[in-house]
Amino acid sequence: MKGNKGMMNTMNRAIAACLLAAGLLAGPASAEPLKVGFVYVGPIGDHGWTYQHDQGRLAVEEAFGDQVETSYVESVPEGADADRVIAQLAETGHGLIFTTSFGYMNPTIRVAEMYPDVHFEHATGYKQADNVATYSARFYEGRHVAGLLAGSVTESNVIGYIASFPIPEVVRGINAAFLAARSVNPDVSFKIVWVSTWFDPGKEGDAAKALIDQGADVILQHTDSPAALQVAQDRGVWAVGQASDMTAFGADAHLVSVVNNWAAYYVRRVQAALDGSWGTSDTWGGFGANMLLLSAYNEAIPADVVEMAEAARAAIAEGSLHPFAGPIHDQEGNLLVAEGEVADDGMLLGMSVYVEGIDATLPQ
Amino acid sequence: MTIDFLVAALMTIITASTPLVFAAVGEIVAEKSGVLNLGVEGMMIVGAIGAFATGIVTGDPVLAVLAGAASGALMAFIFGCLTLWLLSNQVATGLALTIFGIGLSALVGHQFVGVTFAGLPKLDIPGITDLPFIGPLLFGHDALVYLSVVSVVGVAWFLRRTRTGLALRAVGENHDAAHSIGYPVIMIRLMAVLFGGVMAGLGGACLSLAYTPLWIENMTAGRGWIALALVVFASWRPWRAFFGAYLFGGITIIQLHAQGLGVAIPSQILSMLPYIATIVVLVLISRDDVRMRFNAPACLGRSFHATG
Repeated sequence: MKGNKGMMNTMNRAIAACLLAAGLLAGPASAEPLKVGFVYVGPIGDHGWTYQHDQGRLAVEEAFGDQVETSYVESVPEGADADRVIAQLAETGHGLIFTTSFGYMNPTIRVAEMYPDVHFEHATGYKQADNVATYSARFYEGRHVAGLLAGSVTESNVIGYIASFPIPEVVRGINAAFLAARSVNPDVSFKIVWVSTWFDPGKEGDAAKALIDQGADVILQHTDSPAALQVAQDRGVWAVGQASDMTAFGADAHLVSVVNNWAAYYVRRVQAALDGSWGTSDTWGGFGANMLLLSAYNEAIPADVVEMAEAARAAIAEGSLHPFAGPIHDQEGNLLVAEGEVADDGMLLGMSVYVEGIDATLPQ
Repeated sequence: MTIDFLVAALMTIITASTPLVFAAVGEIVAEKSGVLNLGVEGMMIVGAIGAFATGIVTGDPVLAVLAGAASGALMAFIFGCLTLWLLSNQVATGLALTIFGIGLSALVGHQFVGVTFAGLPKLDIPGITDLPFIGPLLFGHDALVYLSVVSVVGVAWFLRRTRTGLALRAVGENHDAAHSIGYPVIMIRLMAVLFGGVMAGLGGACLSLAYTPLWIENMTAGRGWIALALVVFASWRPWRAFFGAYLFGGITIIQLHAQGLGVAIPSQILSMLPYIATIVVLVLISRDDVRMRFNAPACLGRSFHATG
């Protein structure tokens, strides 16, 4: 299957390359517009992660009109295949390229070395270079709110968590949600299932079914499709939407969606590239920077719970509350964050252990 | 581990396996006639959106299923015209069909993202479906699950026991010989390809109407390719394909449950299990080289052009 998929993607890319070349030829003769390229890990229609990035791209087009020309390549596999797609964009005259998934980190760095005059922006990674900036959202802030809601509404005290891959980003999300859920409900426990994919509606739905069959009555997910929410709706339990507003897929089950908002960042960076003031940077914003938003809450949630969640969101935004405030221990009882302190960004970015109380083994 | 829990897990396995059964059995018929159609993924995804769109617009589950089958058949017809009459390369055409299908379904499906479908009605016989354990497992599914089993029985019988099935296999084994004794090679192949399209379309309909009743781009997520692998795994036999689909679906679901129960096996290994199990069985089955070659249609993937 893998080989066939690879072949398929090669052909996808060949088509994309033709389209890009056509775009180059058709460009206006007057003031050269800045070509901005986007590399997506999923399809735009995933209604999740990639969809939100594409909303950001559309915001760039809206903001700059004729000054920019955007193009994108979707469903690009992470790993070696990504090199060719990114290089192709650089080769076809793109001045600013956004690579929007963690797995594009090394390909982006490699291609950036070959094209020193092109600006690169890599989402959710940690490697910068003179022409590679990184950006991400503090998703864990949203997961804190999700954890508060889950801990409050659960009746079985079992919360199911659909996880993708054991990287710090995902582990941090699990820990943030767990700490928040425990803070409002000391009896809560997490069941965590790793599905080894970011996007497979069938498998995500199956994982949700398995978790519900094992007693979970709230489903949290770190995968991209709304399938789990829909299963939750079908089975009459709660779920939290991921990346974009997923209310439509299960209005009764939907507690809230944590919505990624890349538009403001993309517009700012494109502006900088147009001005010639673009420089490498490392941006990590959350509620405070408007890089994360919350959808409307489900009206069935008790008012005091919504009030608590809103208060937490506001406090995180103004900086008076940190989801990783000490004391925090890992599963072996080692102190991670001391009492009275909050986790620093370095520790958050490298988080690769579960916090105390999670009854599961983290795959290494 | 209660009975209820076991039933729930088995029910999930059945829904997860059914789309694979449809697609694999359909492809077996096409390949038995000598046509290698790698466009299963494309036919499935078009079947999925065809069924879903019709379901939303008409609200009628029967029409939705029929539309899924028809959409798959339409894709197969395109493939058939290109490979059987215009003699294009089957491998390249099949791959193109998949890419085309994914794009076409995304285009058509654009307006259906975020819409939800009630799902297919499930069989409910008062008194019987309520029986413990056996009741829901045997009498609690939607019509597509039963149809998938019927299609396995039907195709196995058709290929082994009917005269037409024999003609179809003859065309797949040696199209020149079949042609020389008067069999309409192209027509038989076209029918087989269309049947494969209908079945892949039904598999897609399962996904978008029953398995995860919603539409999202690329929602087949590689199941068409797994179905293709199952055909080889099954050495072109319908019952083995059925077994293979359930083995694959079963281990996928069991490993999810094992993780939830905290089984101390690394999740990466659990995720690999369905693939490893499939490969192991494939190795065991194909140990006998002669038998393997005996089962594979000799003219698989070869274009037929009547000469004199």
